[in-house]
Amino acid sequence: MNPVSLQLFDVLLLLSIVGLAWASLASPDDRRSVILFMALGLLLALAWGRLLAPDVALAEAAIGAGLSGALLLAALREQPRREAPGATEAVAKRGSSPLQAMTQWVVTLLCAGLAGILGWVLMHIFAGPPLDRLTQAVSANLGVSGVSNPVTAVLLNFRGYDTLLELAVLLTAVLGILALGPGRAGYQPAGPIFDALARSLAPLLILVSAYLLWVGAHAPGGAFQAGATLAAAGVVLRLAGRQRIGLPPEGALRLVMAAGVGLFLAVGLSLLLLGRPFLGYPPAWAGALILVIESAAMLSIAATLVLAFIGGRLPAHGIPAAEPATRRREAITTAAAPERGGEEQSGC
Amino acid sequence: MLTAQVLYALTGCLIMALGLRTALLHASLLRRVVAINVMGTGVFMILLAIAYRGPGLAPDPVPHALVLTGIVVAVSATALALALAPERGTRR
Amino acid sequence: MIDVVSSLLIVAGVGFYLAGSIGLLRLPELYARLHALTKADNLGLGLLTAGLMLQSPDLLYALKLLLIWLAVLAASATSAHLIARHARRREKRP
Repeated sequence: MNPVSLQLFDVLLLLSIVGLAWASLASPDDRRSVILFMALGLLLALAWGRLLAPDVALAEAAIGAGLSGALLLAALREQPRREAPGATEAVAKRGSSPLQAMTQWVVTLLCAGLAGILGWVLMHIFAGPPLDRLTQAVSANLGVSGVSNPVTAVLLNFRGYDTLLELAVLLTAVLGILALGPGRAGYQPAGPIFDALARSLAPLLILVSAYLLWVGAHAPGGAFQAGATLAAAGVVLRLAGRQRIGLPPEGALRLVMAAGVGLFLAVGLSLLLLGRPFLGYPPAWAGALILVIESAAMLSIAATLVLAFIGGRLPAHGIPAAEPATRRREAITTAAAPERGGEEQSGC
Repeated sequence: MLTAQVLYALTGCLIMALGLRTALLHASLLRRVVAINVMGTGVFMILLAIAYRGPGLAPDPVPHALVLTGIVVAVSATALALALAPERGTRR
Repeated sequence: MIDVVSSLLIVAGVGFYLAGSIGLLRLPELYARLHALTKADNLGLGLLTAGLMLQSPDLLYALKLLLIWLAVLAASATSAHLIARHARRREKRP
């Protein structure tokens, strides 16, 4: 690969990213800002791929660009309709008094100073020897971790405790969202074209998410990307007018949401009872345990992100158009449950 | 010291500063949520630049795991912040 | 030889993307812009995918790339339809 052309690509990509970020932040209109942010997310996925981080690129494309964008657009929908552009006042138009102008200058200088200090520290780090201690520890222990993808090994085995807490953060966020009341307004039933697209996209997305979960053990992928893809299937179905999008009824839904953290904790605590350290998988069962934990985490993440998009509690009964999707989703959940139960029995 | 590392790390600092400035100064909640996400993006860029080892070599997987965790936490914080927005309850 | 054909296809694809972007910036009306974006961009993606398919190590890889193009085709055609329908309804409202 020609190094000069790679540097040219880097410069162009970074200029576009900074330009898009600034355009998104400084745009007079909130709607434009959100759409530019989604475009920024896609360019960032490209940048993460260039930095040889394919897992992160997949997650950025699915979660950062896709689901964050969908969440922002759903929140935009609730804003009272303002016909005049620039009605959401940017800071520059609002600050006419000298005190406000001075505040803006002080904040700008402080942010620039912070960036300067951070940049200086980073240059010092790069000038020194490469920080390889953890990399060597990971490659030395990859054989007993149960998977061959180093990022999955770090996430689910070596730093599994962080992932447990992250799933707890997700659960906390969704509990907060559910506590705020009924969800956002639904969408009208889709016309024939969009309906056909939704019907063909949803099974494809479910298949892709199962594949991402499975392949995460030895190639870029994993529970988070899979959960986000599954949540995308739910978002598409909701946009096509199905109100309950085949989510299980209230009690089972809570079980699914808590299953990510719950299963992870259960595995960790039962390992404690067996005399091993907390979340210290025995090398022979590490692969199977990781797959089990990842499956529960995937369903949990998907349910959480879809409920975050809906914005609150679901109505108790869906409209009749929801039924085919309900049967499909419940079929997948009940098919996954005996599979999980079987693997746990063979593990213990 | 790789050129790519320096380029991406310094750009990450710049993006973080831009996001921080808008998050502190702008009026609309939605814009501030976007700004915090952009700040997070800057931080991820810095972490991934630190993890990069060169065109043919395997990168450091630990910052990759940190960034993955960060992306998921950022989206859950965004979801909760948007659910708490003052415009909730005003339907068009 | 394959590399030359691949590069030609990719450059042609990028050319169509450029045409679509120019159309987005310069055409006067929403419907005209939708035309330019959807048709030019999808054709550009098709040529890009064809160029990349020639570079793939095995058949399964190439078929996955083809699947990407088909999925984008379906999604962008549907989005263009939805945008145009929404704009049309907006016009008809008093």
